[in-house]
Amino acid sequence: MNVTVTRREAMKSGAALVLGFYLPVRSAPASEHGELNAWIRITPDNQITFLTEVPEMGQGTRTANVMMLAEELDADWSTIRVEQAPNIPEIYKHLGTGGSGGTSSTWLPMRKAGAQAREMLLMAAAQQWQVRVDECRAEAGSIIHIPSGRRARFGDLVEIASKLTPVNPDQVRLKDPRDFRYVGKPMARVDAPGKVDGSAIFGLDVRVPGMLFAVIARCPHFGGKLAGYNDRAARAVPGVRSVFAVERLDRPSSANKTVGGVAVVAESTWAAIQGRKALEATWERGPEGYESSDTLRKQFEAQSIAPPNFIAVDRGNAVSALAGARKKVQAIYELPFQAHATMEPMNTTVQVRENGVEVWSPTQIGEETQKWIAKLSGFPLNRVIVHITFSGGSFGRRGQWDYIAEAWQVAKEMKEPVQLVWTREDDMLHDFYRPYFLHRISGLLDDQEQIVAWSHRILSTSVHEYFNWDFKAPDPKFVAGLELGCADMVPYPAQNVRLEYTPVHSAVPRAWWRSVETACNAFATESFIDELAHEARHDPYEFRMTLLKEDRRIQSPSDQSYFHETRKFRTVLQLAAEKAGWGKPLSKGRGRGIACYVFGHTYVAQVAEVSVSDDGGWRVNRVVAAVDCGLAVNPDGVRAQIEGGINYAFTTVLSGEITIKDGAAEQRNFDGYRVLRMKDAPDIGVFIVPSMEEPASGVGEGGVPPLAPAVANAIFAATGKRVRRLPILTIS
Amino acid sequence: MNSIGLIVNGKRHELAVPPDTPLLWVLRDTLGLTGTKYGCGMGLCGACTVHLDGQAVRSCQTSIGSVAKRQVTTIEGLSANRSHPIQRAWIAEQVPQCGYCQSGQIMQAAALVARTPHPTREQIDEAMSGNICRCATYQRIRRAIQRAAEAKA
Repeated sequence: MNVTVTRREAMKSGAALVLGFYLPVRSAPASEHGELNAWIRITPDNQITFLTEVPEMGQGTRTANVMMLAEELDADWSTIRVEQAPNIPEIYKHLGTGGSGGTSSTWLPMRKAGAQAREMLLMAAAQQWQVRVDECRAEAGSIIHIPSGRRARFGDLVEIASKLTPVNPDQVRLKDPRDFRYVGKPMARVDAPGKVDGSAIFGLDVRVPGMLFAVIARCPHFGGKLAGYNDRAARAVPGVRSVFAVERLDRPSSANKTVGGVAVVAESTWAAIQGRKALEATWERGPEGYESSDTLRKQFEAQSIAPPNFIAVDRGNAVSALAGARKKVQAIYELPFQAHATMEPMNTTVQVRENGVEVWSPTQIGEETQKWIAKLSGFPLNRVIVHITFSGGSFGRRGQWDYIAEAWQVAKEMKEPVQLVWTREDDMLHDFYRPYFLHRISGLLDDQEQIVAWSHRILSTSVHEYFNWDFKAPDPKFVAGLELGCADMVPYPAQNVRLEYTPVHSAVPRAWWRSVETACNAFATESFIDELAHEARHDPYEFRMTLLKEDRRIQSPSDQSYFHETRKFRTVLQLAAEKAGWGKPLSKGRGRGIACYVFGHTYVAQVAEVSVSDDGGWRVNRVVAAVDCGLAVNPDGVRAQIEGGINYAFTTVLSGEITIKDGAAEQRNFDGYRVLRMKDAPDIGVFIVPSMEEPASGVGEGGVPPLAPAVANAIFAATGKRVRRLPILTIS
Repeated sequence: MNSIGLIVNGKRHELAVPPDTPLLWVLRDTLGLTGTKYGCGMGLCGACTVHLDGQAVRSCQTSIGSVAKRQVTTIEGLSANRSHPIQRAWIAEQVPQCGYCQSGQIMQAAALVARTPHPTREQIDEAMSGNICRCATYQRIRRAIQRAAEAKA
């Protein structure tokens, strides 16, 4: 791996057209502009290279970016390749991803860069042939002079183009979407070949000359501290080089706590693991070290009937409308902690030198990684180099930098580069889990099947409370923040609406998990609307469509610019129902359930079809999903992400659960935390709503929220039994 | 320490490693063949699958001492230029997402079609359920195996 390429070297030999541009990859808008972090390089051999370090963790953004580039450049798809961008520290600004923002936030910048390159090639041809630019056209990797038919490949024009003054990318003409050749068509993933022949490099695969490997022994209870250790036996294991304590880090940011422990550094991963086995360490267990699922549940139950901490929505008077109403519907829904369980456990490789730090990591947050390593090490930003490798899944976990900070802590004690490895047990024990949720919902219908009242109390182990970013007594609205996950924007109209939130204190670490809290809330609200449909003796699909029949905007109570549209919910519901054959008769023991939710601006409806046997065993045979994500840049990529989201959610419905005992997760590996395997994976059909709207949000997470309620609703349709707690295990 | 003789992807190696070292770590750390992945260390996830004399085994559960003088094939040695029918089918069906589990999936699938050239869906599910995919590309894996089986027909 190239470690000291300078900017000049990166730009290679003179006869090449090189355009640098700025690629914002966070979903939040960028306030800065002009820091180059991506390049297009066209060389005389007609090869087009796109240099990027946009994190690729499976979501397909890299391929989508290449499609946008090829489109505006009018390139021959087969002449484009993707390379890791040169490791120039200034470029690591804004190299992060999250919130399904990768494709939508790069939409315009990628297209402008491609169009800019195209314009310069047109100008070069015009200059070479002494003709007018507007008589020339780009097509499939060549420039053509229309009146005479003269053509030149891009590669033939780069020498002239490289000497021209670059045109302003904000002033170049972009293609009319109706003329798209690549965008909107399913294209082969650019990273697939390396992933079928073992050559793709993930974080754990980084190999740097002279490197060592390390694991850390950590306290097996939350909030514990190292009391002491005896490393005699550990040091005697062949290959072990060094053993030392690393301190706990919860400043400057408590959002990414590390727990500290004892590092064992060795010449190989296995020797490090064996060394740790031989290490004797004792721990001081604090009060947090006694937390259990039982103690937590008791708190949930108590808090669920105590006055709420925060009232998010209060329209009309739901409390009095429901008081004493005989025909109200009430339900309690519960969702336990979940692990991320990425296939590639956490890891990072770090080398600390006299004049700087170099990092190789499968991180999701390149810019923050650089910033925190700079803070921890005291080096200025331009002395911290971060290489982002492929990531073996993230689902939000690699949005934390805890394991990266640990890797730095170990590497700074050694001269050699050190790869900090987390075993599967480390990963499962020290995850930042999806929070625990409990919902109480009450609802009341009138004789016309209108919702008179809808009252919802959400309780959870709040992520914001755990992070406590502000280090002051957290404001209740801030604590409720992430946990409301569109539960404050239920699209079904109700005359009296109340939404309350109460955090339940817990030492269990938690952070964002694929689709964050929308999945936890969708299970409650989309099951509950189904329960209301049943109360009204109305088909659940028709019931939803009737309630949504007016075109309305549903405004977010906390963000003026964010709203949902009932029209889009209807579209995806209708498409999913149609493709699933909703209403067609099913044999005994089979049922269909429907649910819809939105993530960002991506609307998804799903119909699940289940079969339940007499002994309580059940399976999901098929899931049909309808998606509205605006223009689907790579339709096959969209399908893959929705399939993935559905199956990722399915683990939490089928068998996945993290339980807490003695201040730790009880599940340590895939024997305890049982994830979805092929034999239980349903057939999935994904249907994309045709749209020319600019892609405003991605699909990496949108497939998750509707799945659990669709399955629970299907089980009700098949058996008459309501499932209100996940995972479902068997139907009693 | 005595050295252990090993044949990996057709090449002979003499290695001075403790005989109880798992083959997985010898491949990744001693030989630098990082295509075979670590996922769980307990034989539960299948990411470490390689072929031993043509049979699929979990290399994290296979000691180096037990494979002395036997033929080990890793993903790197499965074919030249991704030409194995399983690899071709994987590209045609656009199977990989993050890609981390895919080496193990491909090795397991290759062993399946070598002994069962036209597996039924049930046979596929049974043979492949030891390989976890968190991106859940299962549906595409099934289709790719069926495609590869048809191609060989």
